Amino acid sequence: MPYEKILMKHFGVPNSTALEVYKADGGYEGAAFALKLLPEEVVDFVKEAHVRGRGGAGFPAGVKWSFLPKERDITYLCVNADESEPPTFCNRVLMENDPHLLLEGILVAGYATRSSVAYIYMRGEFTELFHIMQKAVDEAYAAGYFGENILGSGYALDCYIHRGAGAYVCGEETGLIESLEGKRGWPRIKPPFPAVAGLFGKPTVVNNVETLACLPPILARGLDWWKSLGTERSRGTKMYCVSGPVNQPGCYEAPLGLTVRELIYGEDFGAGMRDGNKVKAVFPGGISMGVLRGDVFPKGTDGDVDTTQDFDELDCKLDFDDVKRYDLLGLGTAAAVVVPENADMRDVLHNVARFYALESCGQCTQCRDGTSWMYRIAQRILAGAGRPLDLDLLEELTQNMGMMPGMSICGLPDGAAWPIRTLVRKFRPELERHIADQNSDAAERCVRETNAAAYDLPILGDKAATLAPGAAT
Amino acid sequence: MSWQTIDRTTVAEEQLGPGLSDAVRDKVRGFFPRYATKQAALLPALHITQNALGYVSLQAMRDIAELLELTPAQVLGVVSFYTHFWTHPKGRKTIVLCRSLSCELMGGKAVKDAIQRQLGIGEHETTPDGRYSYMTEECLAQCDDAPCMLINEKMHKRVRAEDVERLLADENNDKLDIPRSDLFDAPPEG
Ligand SMILES: Cc1cc2nc3c(=O)[nH]c(=O)nc-3n(C[C@H](O)[C@H](O)[C@H](O)COP(=O)(O)O)c2cc1C
Ligand code: SF4
Ligand code: FES
Repeated sequence: MPYEKILMKHFGVPNSTALEVYKADGGYEGAAFALKLLPEEVVDFVKEAHVRGRGGAGFPAGVKWSFLPKERDITYLCVNADESEPPTFCNRVLMENDPHLLLEGILVAGYATRSSVAYIYMRGEFTELFHIMQKAVDEAYAAGYFGENILGSGYALDCYIHRGAGAYVCGEETGLIESLEGKRGWPRIKPPFPAVAGLFGKPTVVNNVETLACLPPILARGLDWWKSLGTERSRGTKMYCVSGPVNQPGCYEAPLGLTVRELIYGEDFGAGMRDGNKVKAVFPGGISMGVLRGDVFPKGTDGDVDTTQDFDELDCKLDFDDVKRYDLLGLGTAAAVVVPENADMRDVLHNVARFYALESCGQCTQCRDGTSWMYRIAQRILAGAGRPLDLDLLEELTQNMGMMPGMSICGLPDGAAWPIRTLVRKFRPELERHIADQNSDAAERCVRETNAAAYDLPILGDKAATLAPGAAT
Repeated sequence: MSWQTIDRTTVAEEQLGPGLSDAVRDKVRGFFPRYATKQAALLPALHITQNALGYVSLQAMRDIAELLELTPAQVLGVVSFYTHFWTHPKGRKTIVLCRSLSCELMGGKAVKDAIQRQLGIGEHETTPDGRYSYMTEECLAQCDDAPCMLINEKMHKRVRAEDVERLLADENNDKLDIPRSDLFDAPPEG
């Protein structure tokens, strides 16, 4: 392997989930080091390390912790293990193989933030994983890494796993907090930010699984070592995911800044496409971050990036900055799904639009109605009844939803707008071609298929069949 | 019809369904020390209830409301928000098939058709013999093994349409090969 593995170091080690295996390789030494410092010193240390959040927003962890009010009695730590962004699975892989790395990270972050309880909010569909994690938590309690007077420091921390029950929006930090409180997972209006008034109204920190897993190695091996990895703005390694019809779908660790092409074609990564297919499109950061054109398109003539031209965009680097040049929302979760050349972009549009329409929590009008409107347009196009105007309509919709135009409580509609907008912009010729090739009777068929209820209104009684356009009378 | 309101205050006894046993109540109370409010124990309570009864009945919602000092409406509001909870009886095994992008690109639609054909049911329905219920869900975070599906707690990876018949006939298709924690399960009978 060309890169040193930090987060995935213990993968493949026999019985890697067991505490004694983890400890045998220096486990919990980073936490032991941290507990000898003052909490504020740990915060400064992590601030200095500039560990940017791996949950999607890329906000530095140490800075987030320093927003906690100086005077506070109770602090809570929430671990975001809700991982529901398609097609992301790095948190799952990490917990499955090395649960104690996360638990050590929780101990470090808990101590630094002076938290008394850490809740691991784990999505409900993680069933086997729950048993693995719960066993690890039990082991850690028995060995004195949770509970009273941890490692003789006088610090006490409890750690519980809280199971979700199937809702994407509970991954949003305030949705997560509401869900933990036993309510519908409706994101809260900010401010107040969770650092000031979060869980049960107390100061709260929410961090992603991978963010916390970065902490123990940094504390154990020091800042100099960590600073040697990557650039100031994008430091450390990332667990990249690649899925779809590649030869080796999976999760791979590499320094930030891997190109999408390497992730798909590199021998140590995706190892190329199945059946010698080419790539039509890639969603490189989880579907919410937008889409790139694949190598069915020709290469651009010079190094410049021009997203208005139909050029191959696989040279995009996956770090916190380069993605912006390609019209993407951000790095997101760095989980790529590859769309092969023989796929129909109408199917992709439909699948993506459905996700947001069904996962919007419904509090904000433009998000609730905008996402379901986009879904209905996608259904219409898929049924073969699209209108050329529909593509403009989709684009216009995406301009009018989300936090960026300042209209919504949470970032879900921004994540819905980006993939739809970039898909419509970058694959417009294909969609236009499909629309031009449609049959003329498609419109009526579409209404029957997608909105059968329109023919079944009680007011029409049994006359519906005869009133429907095109019905044999 | 969705526009007809249901008067849930005067539902006949037999439609309220089963309530919580003392053992289930005790198990739920076991979660109280974890949280600053009783309400926060609601998701654990619903998990335990669904594992005990197979679904969350109206009577169970009333019982949980009483236990956690909430109104039944608050409990219903939460139950209806999360896709995991069923408000009508479901089968002994629940199939949850992923419908998101990676799984669809890798043949998820064919698997979906095969399951529906094999069981003769649609989404959120249960086979007449009560063996299987079926639903789809967004990305299960197992995209490297697409298409994938859960049968109760067991994840089935790289499922192909031609495997479905054999898979569903297998009695042990929900058995895990790792040690389980019974923290969120219904307590044993008696
Ligand atoms: C709709 C939506 C869904 C989200 N889902 C997740 C998720 O599943 N996992 C996650 O870690 N962060 C998710 N986030 C990001 C969180 O709000 C938050 O930024 C993150 O947990 C912060 O952790 P970090 O600073 O360690 O990255 C989501 C955000 C939004 C707007
Ligand atoms: S933006 Fe959408 S998902 Fe977020 S709170 Fe508003 S309605 Fe809910
Ligand atoms: S897309 Fe099916 S598990 Fe992620």
